[in-house]
Amino acid sequence: MIAIQNADFSLENEYQRLIEAAPNAGGIVLFAGRVREFSAQKSITALYIEHYPGMTEKVFNDIAQEANNRWPLLATTLIHRVGKLMAGDNIVLVGVASEHRAAAFEAAQYIMDLLKSRATLWKKEIEPNTATWLSTKPTDAAAAERWR
Amino acid sequence: MINVLFFASLREALGCAQVTVNTPKPATIAALLDALLQQHPHWQTALSSNNLLISRNHTLAKASTVITAGDEIAFFPPVSGG
Repeated sequence: MIAIQNADFSLENEYQRLIEAAPNAGGIVLFAGRVREFSAQKSITALYIEHYPGMTEKVFNDIAQEANNRWPLLATTLIHRVGKLMAGDNIVLVGVASEHRAAAFEAAQYIMDLLKSRATLWKKEIEPNTATWLSTKPTDAAAAERWR
Repeated sequence: MINVLFFASLREALGCAQVTVNTPKPATIAALLDALLQQHPHWQTALSSNNLLISRNHTLAKASTVITAGDEIAFFPPVSGG
């Protein structure tokens, strides 16, 4: 399941969706990314996330397919929120179901690492008096590179 | 006609999210950029950034990629989602 939406998501609902899609799953990994209240000594009041409609969905599908080719996954969920989000809000959810835990743990990390380096999403940090577009962190590029 | 899109900090720097361009055929993305800069000379600085990414019909592309009428070409800064 892939979604790009402004609305929040529910971990409980997404867990239910995964076990319904994969009744034989022995391991489920759910990762949630959130808006932090502080970033590099700055006080963040909100985050604005823009994306490229059409391309983001394609990249999400490609990443999920690549994860499927690499591990024996039974179901995958990828949800990313866009628009204005406040400190403490959820941003992203990755859910993976597999028969055994190792595949679920590894695939969830793989999906997040590739999402951060490839998905056409851009974050802007809104501070009390300024707004700054974030750039890719070298550590994110390195995280994606290690799966090659 | 080629549909051209700009995103995030590039969209703000240009003050433009979308334009349509007529390019001579056969054309490349480099030729499309030349056509854009002829129409909008003040876009030179923002479009010359060497970390800009390019896509053609939702797939990453290069300046040498060949384009055809009806294509959707996008220019954008490095991504920062997740």
